Amino acid sequence: MTKAITVSGLHKSFGATHALDGLDLDVETGEVHGFLGPNGAGKSTTIRVLLGLLRADSGGAQVLGRDPWTDAVELHRRVAYVPGDVTLWRNLSGGEVIDLYGRLRGGLDRRRRTELIERFELDPTKKGRTYSKGNRQKVALVAAFASDVDLLILDEPTSGLDPLMEEIFQRCVEEERDRGRTVLLSSHILSEVEELCDRVSIIRKGRTVESGSLADLRHLTRTSVTAELAGPPNGLAHLPGVHGLDIRGRRVRFQVDTDKLDAVLRSLSESGVRSLTSTPPTLEELFLRHYQDDLQGDARGTEAAR
Amino acid sequence: MTAVASAFAVRAPRARQLAGTGTLLRFALRRDRILVPVWVAVNALVVLSMPRTLRSLYGTPAQRADLADQLATNTSLRAMVGPVFGQSLGALTAWRVGVYAGLLAAVMSLLVVVRHTRDEEESGRQELISSAMVGRRAPLTAALLTAGVANAALALVITAGLAGQGATGALALGLGIAGVGMVFATMAAIAAQLTESARLARGLTSAVLGAAFVLRAAGDAGTNGGSSLLTRLSPLGWLENERPYAGERWWVLLLFAAAALLQGAVAYALAGRRDVGMSFLPTRPGPATGRLGSAGALAWRLQRGSVLGWSLGFFVAGVVYGGMTNGAADLVGSNAKAREIFQRMGGHSGLTDAFLAAMVGVMGMVAALQIVASVLRLHGEETSARAETVLANAVGRLRWAAGHLLIAFGGAALIMLLAGLGFAAGYGRETGPILGACLVQLPAVWMIGGLAVLLYGVLPRGAVLAWGVAGAALLIGWVGPALNLPRAVLDASPFGHLPKLPGGQMAWAPVLTLTGIAVVLVAGGLAGLRRRDMTG
Repeated sequence: MTKAITVSGLHKSFGATHALDGLDLDVETGEVHGFLGPNGAGKSTTIRVLLGLLRADSGGAQVLGRDPWTDAVELHRRVAYVPGDVTLWRNLSGGEVIDLYGRLRGGLDRRRRTELIERFELDPTKKGRTYSKGNRQKVALVAAFASDVDLLILDEPTSGLDPLMEEIFQRCVEEERDRGRTVLLSSHILSEVEELCDRVSIIRKGRTVESGSLADLRHLTRTSVTAELAGPPNGLAHLPGVHGLDIRGRRVRFQVDTDKLDAVLRSLSESGVRSLTSTPPTLEELFLRHYQDDLQGDARGTEAAR
Repeated sequence: MTAVASAFAVRAPRARQLAGTGTLLRFALRRDRILVPVWVAVNALVVLSMPRTLRSLYGTPAQRADLADQLATNTSLRAMVGPVFGQSLGALTAWRVGVYAGLLAAVMSLLVVVRHTRDEEESGRQELISSAMVGRRAPLTAALLTAGVANAALALVITAGLAGQGATGALALGLGIAGVGMVFATMAAIAAQLTESARLARGLTSAVLGAAFVLRAAGDAGTNGGSSLLTRLSPLGWLENERPYAGERWWVLLLFAAAALLQGAVAYALAGRRDVGMSFLPTRPGPATGRLGSAGALAWRLQRGSVLGWSLGFFVAGVVYGGMTNGAADLVGSNAKAREIFQRMGGHSGLTDAFLAAMVGVMGMVAALQIVASVLRLHGEETSARAETVLANAVGRLRWAAGHLLIAFGGAALIMLLAGLGFAAGYGRETGPILGACLVQLPAVWMIGGLAVLLYGVLPRGAVLAWGVAGAALLIGWVGPALNLPRAVLDASPFGHLPKLPGGQMAWAPVLTLTGIAVVLVAGGLAGLRRRDMTG
């Protein structure tokens, strides 16, 4: 597989603020890649570098095999972008803006445009200011999905969409993937990312802290287990990788590091298992773990500073 | 249940409609802490510098009596400035600047009111403010009070500054000017309720202001004494009829008060009846599909309205100035000092040519405002984040900027050409030389436009400084010759280097140099734009 986006060691400062501090990102061609991070982590800054709107201080970035800064125009023929907060011209109708963006990208599929407007229930005759937040997003989404491009860069594209429209958005992204297009999806809606993304990258303070397929990442975290045993649980507390053990008679609840699951299950079956539920970690837990490390790290830092 | 309901119903809704006005007023004054003082200072400067200028022009009572006599027969000049009611320096000051100071106060007031009402709603900021403990009519009240504070300050400064010429007349003039301001503040308050766009609200109010000026001008052209019905329909005509320093008619101030109260009441009634962010003139739907297909077409679509407005304004102004050229030249010609000033502005040649050259120069300096406004559209597109989504398409920064710059620089040429055609039509002679004179202004206009491009491209945060440059050039060109400023100051403006046409010698060196500088400035700005980060 070739890479649609490669970023390595990207640095970008605004005055004293280091927005990007050695960020790495790899997006394979044809995948839907989730781009996660708390507010202010540098997601939008990265995307704006990838679009050639910002110039990186150092580090390399390639999009579809081109330099996003020097080859911006040629590159943008093959890229569609949806910002998290779409602003429109107050005296242009939504339909006019969709067509303008389509033409500026070098082509629009008329049939798909009509179909998307119908699916998103968008009124293309309304003018800029009269659209609600969600409807402004729809204008940009229709323009992006109806364009004939290889890469879609979506920066929190569903902010303001209702759950029904969110569902339609997810179907659209799946259709794009089925056509072999690449999608970089920055999002805070973790269920959306879990549903759609083949791989994710989590960034924090301008650095990539985790990157890989969801299965890989889950491997690094804990699975929740609830079991009812035939006999008393033996030695469970001493097994490596078991956390938060709660024993009530023959009923046990605990979390276990996913890579230590094997040994724990063996120990359980020695006691005899009557029932067992195990829940894989959600992306939310994954994300919160990184974020909470961050908060704890900050707290430690503050204490140390005292 | 009923207890809860009645607990909520206890408060009479009307009593809380002004809740939060005080906080909003303080907030508005803080936001306007630079804008309003600058407007007041410029307006006061225009008024307070006048007695000195007039003393140097018409120092003796005999000269002043002579002027008054001539004005009684000079229709076109009366149309521009209004009739003279007295021969004291104070009366002549009120005559010479009253209408224009009123005009400035009106523009300041309409900008302030729209800025704190419709602008806030259009941007969506009002929703957040209105969700707090803020009454339905509080934002409008705060906006009008802000305009009231600004106009009161203006009246105070003018009264204090002109007190040397007689405190009574100074008070009358100051209050009259502030009165015009408040009439247009409340007018803008109505427009802000009717339209959904702040730009349209400002445009509507400005159109009414323009109509008020034309009514007064037409009335004064016909009669000497401000007694025409047309003059009396115009708030600017009321100001003239208040007759500061010439037997003040204090009751005219009641007209201002009544008009402001009436319009304020209409605006209040409308404000209480509509939804936040909505208007009484709803936006019409547009086409479902569009024909715009390039960044240039988009730029034209965004700017075509203002190009049309400037074109119309410049042509009409040309016709008006052209039409009054003969009369003005006669008047100026009879006063040695005034002749000297016009020759400083327009060059040493026949008086008609000198007057024409001076007026063409003023048009050029106003065209500099157009080019700055047009160039800074780029800045507006960028800060509103609309540029970002356009540039994320296959559109290079240069191509995107080129559309707007073509309209800015070509638009300047277009409006100067139309001004020239207007001058020629109004004056009826010398079409070729007048057109040439108008086009000779372009290198200076373009240079200021180039400076705006450079600022925007290299130092986007300082882009608005271009307004300061254009304003300074206008101020130097307008009052510089009358104040007999040193050559170095006059030369600081690019307009100071242009040949004085028609009538003077054509000089290619400064014209080509200024054009060259403009080209370099634009190139520097575009190079900076290519290199820098886009701010979002």
